[in-house]
Amino acid sequence: MVLGLSAKKEKIDATAGVSLAASAWKRLRRSPVFLTGAVIIGLFILVSLLAPWLAPHNPADPMLIDQVVKARNEIPPSQPGHPLGGDLQGRDFLSRVLVGSQQTLIVGVVATLFGLTGGLILGTLAGALGGWVDSLVMRVVDVMLSLPSLLLAFSIAAMFSRPSQFTVILAVSIVQIPVFARLLRGSMLAQRHSDHVLAATALGVKKGAIVFRHMLPNSLGPVIVQSTLVLATAIIEAAALSFLGLGNPDDRTPEWGQMLGDVQKVFDTHPHLAAWPAICIIIVALGFTLMGETLREALDPKNRR
Amino acid sequence: MLRYTIRRLIQLVGVVLVLSLLLFAWLRVLPGGPVSALLGERATPESREALTKQLGLDQPIFVQYFKFLGRAATGDFGVSTGVQPGDSALEIFLQRFPATLELSFFAILIAILVGVPLGYIAAKRRGSWFDNVSVVGSLIGVAVPVFFLAYVLKGVASSALGLPSSGRQDAIDATRVTGFFTLDGMITGEWDATLNALEHLILPAIALATIPFAVIFRITRAAVLDVLDEDFVRTAESKGLTAPVIRRRHVLRNAMLPVVTTIGLQTGALLSGAVLTEKVFSFSGVGEALAIGFERRDYPVLLLLIIMATIVYVVVNLLVDLSYALIDPRIRTR
Repeated sequence: MVLGLSAKKEKIDATAGVSLAASAWKRLRRSPVFLTGAVIIGLFILVSLLAPWLAPHNPADPMLIDQVVKARNEIPPSQPGHPLGGDLQGRDFLSRVLVGSQQTLIVGVVATLFGLTGGLILGTLAGALGGWVDSLVMRVVDVMLSLPSLLLAFSIAAMFSRPSQFTVILAVSIVQIPVFARLLRGSMLAQRHSDHVLAATALGVKKGAIVFRHMLPNSLGPVIVQSTLVLATAIIEAAALSFLGLGNPDDRTPEWGQMLGDVQKVFDTHPHLAAWPAICIIIVALGFTLMGETLREALDPKNRR
Repeated sequence: MLRYTIRRLIQLVGVVLVLSLLLFAWLRVLPGGPVSALLGERATPESREALTKQLGLDQPIFVQYFKFLGRAATGDFGVSTGVQPGDSALEIFLQRFPATLELSFFAILIAILVGVPLGYIAAKRRGSWFDNVSVVGSLIGVAVPVFFLAYVLKGVASSALGLPSSGRQDAIDATRVTGFFTLDGMITGEWDATLNALEHLILPAIALATIPFAVIFRITRAAVLDVLDEDFVRTAESKGLTAPVIRRRHVLRNAMLPVVTTIGLQTGALLSGAVLTEKVFSFSGVGEALAIGFERRDYPVLLLLIIMATIVYVVVNLLVDLSYALIDPRIRTR
C-alpha cells in the first residue's frame, strides 16, 4: 500500500514541468490508434503527391472508349495494363482512383482552412472584444446553427448556378465556421479574466498582443482537434453534394466524392465504380477521425498522468 | 421554466424571419431569378415581362418581401416548379411530412435501442475486445457516406432478404387516415398494409440510423465511463446495493444528460441524412422533395421546406433543453 502510493507520487514528479503539448505527444507516440491514423493519412498524402507518377495513364484520356457500349451498358473490363478496367467514359479507372486522391486532399484541406479562418476571425473578435460585437457574431452563428449543417451546405451549394470545385469547397467550409467560432469564443471568454491575461495587462502589454500572443495560442488545442475531424467530414460532405448534382460537373480532374456521386445510376450494374472511391473515402475519413479522437483524448488535461 | 420557453419561442420567430429574408434575397439574386426558374432559359422576352409583372417582381424588394410574408401567412408559398410541377409548395410539404416523420422515428429508435445498451456494455468492459470492436465500428459508421451505405443496403440486403427497395408501400388497397402508413393499418385493422409499410421502412431506417447510432454509442460510452469513476457509484457498491439498482438509479440516470442532448441533436439533424437516404430508396418524404428540389432548382418548394426544417430543428433542440429539468432535478431550481 505504502509502496504503491510512493510509486504513484514519483510518477507525478516525473511529469512535473512538462508542457501539455509535450506530455500529449509522449502519449500519442505510444498510442497504436493514433499511429494507425497517422500512417493512413501519411500514405494518403504520399499517394496524392506522387499520383502523377504512380498513375499508369492519363486519367482524362478516354483511351478505352471503343470498349464502352452505352446501349448494352458495357464498360471496359479488367485487362492487362488496366487492372481495374475503365469507367463509363472509357478512362483508365486505376489512374482515376489514384489521381482522385489529389483533389480529395485539396477539397478537405482547403475547406478546413476556409472554415478555420472564418471561425478564427469571428470567434476571436467575439471573444476578445465582447459587448455588441460578441452579440452580433453570436446571433449570426445562431442563425447558421438553426439548420442541420449538411442541409445548410446543400442550400449554399444550390445558390450557384454553375457549380464547380470552388463552390463545393465554399459550401462545405461555410457550415464549419460557426463550430470554430463558438470554440474560440468560449475559450477566449474563459481566459479574459484568467491570471495570465491579468498579469499581461498589468505589465502594460497591448491588447492586440495579449489576444494574439497569450489568448490565441492557449485556445488552439480544441481547434486543432476540430480541424482534424472537419477534414473527414469535408470529404464526406463533398461526396454528398456530388450525389445531389450540386458537385463539380467537370470530371477531367477526378475527385473521389465526385466519382462516387456520379456513378449512382449504374450502381446496380457496375458496383466496383462506386466501391473503389467509397472505400478510399472511408479509409481516409477513418484515418482523420482516429487522429482527431486520440488527439482530443491526449490534449484533455483530465487524462494527464 | 414557462418564461424560458416563451423566450426561446420568440427567438425562434426571429430566426425564422431572418432566415426567410435571407432565403428570399437568395431567390432574387439568382441569375435570371424566379422567372428563368419558372419559364426556363429559352422564354421569349414578352412572356418574361408578363410573368415579371404578374409575380410583382418589378416592385422594390422590400415591398416584395412583405407581400411574400403576407401570402405566407395565409399558407401560400408559391407553386412547385420541379418536384411536383403545379402543386402548391405547402401541399407538397403536408403530403410528404408524415413519411419523413415516420422514417426518422424508426431511425432514431433503432439508433437508441442499439446505441445506448452497446455504449453501456462497452463502458462496463472498457478495454475488452467487445469495447475495441464496437468503438472501431462506430468510427467506421461515421466515415461511411450515408448514400453509399444506402445503396449497399439496397443492393445487398434487399435481394438477400427479399425486402422491397423503393417507395413507401406497394400499390395495395389501403385506407389513408393519418398519412402515417404504419399507423393507418393499425387504425383500420389492415395489418397487411402496416406490415408492407414496415418492410419498406426498415432498410432506409437502418441506413439513416448509422450516424446517430455511432454518435449516441460513443457519447453513452463516454458518459458511463465518467459516472463509473464517481465516488457515489463506489459508495453504492460498498453499501451492497444490487447491480441492477446501481445501474438504473446511479449510473444510467446520471449518464443520461449528455446522451439525451445527443439524441436530440441527432434527431434534429436527421433531415440531412434523410435527403440522401430518401433519394436512394425513392421514399416519398420531405427529404426526397429536397433532393429533387436541389437538383431541379425548385425554389418555392426549397424555401418552404428549409424554413420548416429550421422550425423543426429549433423546436427539437428546445424540447431537449426542457427535458434536462426532468432528468436532472438540480437544473430545475435555476
